Amino acid sequence: MNLWLIIILAGILTYLTRLSFIWLLHRVNVPPLAQRALELVPPAVLAVIIAQEMLIRDGAPALTLHNPRILAGLVAIVVAWRTRNTLLTIIVGMAALLVLNALLLG
Amino acid sequence: MPDENPSPQIPRRQFWRGVQAILPILVGVFPFGMIYGALAVKADIPFFPAASMSFITFAGSSQFVATQMVRQAAPVVITVLTMFVINLRHALYSASVAGYVRHLSPAWKLGLAYLLTDEAYAVTISNYRQEGSQGNQQYFFLGAGLALWLCWQISTLLGILLGAVIPESWSLDFALPLTFIALIVPSLKERAGITAALTSAVVGILAYAMPFKLSILTAALLGITAGLLVEKKR
Repeated sequence: MNLWLIIILAGILTYLTRLSFIWLLHRVNVPPLAQRALELVPPAVLAVIIAQEMLIRDGAPALTLHNPRILAGLVAIVVAWRTRNTLLTIIVGMAALLVLNALLLG
Repeated sequence: MPDENPSPQIPRRQFWRGVQAILPILVGVFPFGMIYGALAVKADIPFFPAASMSFITFAGSSQFVATQMVRQAAPVVITVLTMFVINLRHALYSASVAGYVRHLSPAWKLGLAYLLTDEAYAVTISNYRQEGSQGNQQYFFLGAGLALWLCWQISTLLGILLGAVIPESWSLDFALPLTFIALIVPSLKERAGITAALTSAVVGILAYAMPFKLSILTAALLGITAGLLVEKKR
């Protein structure tokens, strides 16, 4: 079944990615360009997911203030930037969304 | 009775230090795991495969995206490739901790590699930088990694079981971008990273209509390229 193929292949690839340098360190050198490219993977991948989760609603871009996730997300970004506190970022962001949701409905 | 040989205590203490260090992060991970479970149910993924993905793949953001791709009936190759790219960042964590786990046995390396998640890495590397690799610090890694693992399995199972019951109005799925914001925003300090993130975000919105979530791969590759170009110019 396709589902199991996805789970097992993704599982093997993810495990090998995690094991890669732990296992091979003394045998390979990472070229500097590859190292830099790898360092840019998290900001690039996480940013596209954040942007789509905030701005795409019901399968289409929702770039107006009627989409409360924009403001709530921006509030969370400011909190993360100023405090570097994971928990606070999630709590404030979630609270902002619930408050904005209530305001928009009410 | 005086403790004449305290060294056997140290691994256990290191283990609990690791657990303690990751606890605050688990509060954010728990809802995230429940959302994965709930989304898996919504994508018509049965209980056993949904739970197995948490056990075998054990990588939250890629599991999240996988449920969306299964729902859209994306081809296996594209789904696996997207998950692979999302998880590529772990190679960086692997390179970063490699020097600290070099002296360990192959069994330790194979086990710790399985536990090398974003969250376990974050607390483990800061511990290694402060304490070095000596003094059974691998137990700190093990404690942090296992605590996260357990939290992920339990929250996932709860999500699968309760997923259908959680009201939409709670907007729990918003915990996904919030967790990512908390992970990535504090680490954006230099121009290359900021350029990569902004480019990727804009491309991701412009290209959102691409089939099978190919927008994620496209946006990430263009973002990384933009980041490298900005750096080269200087």
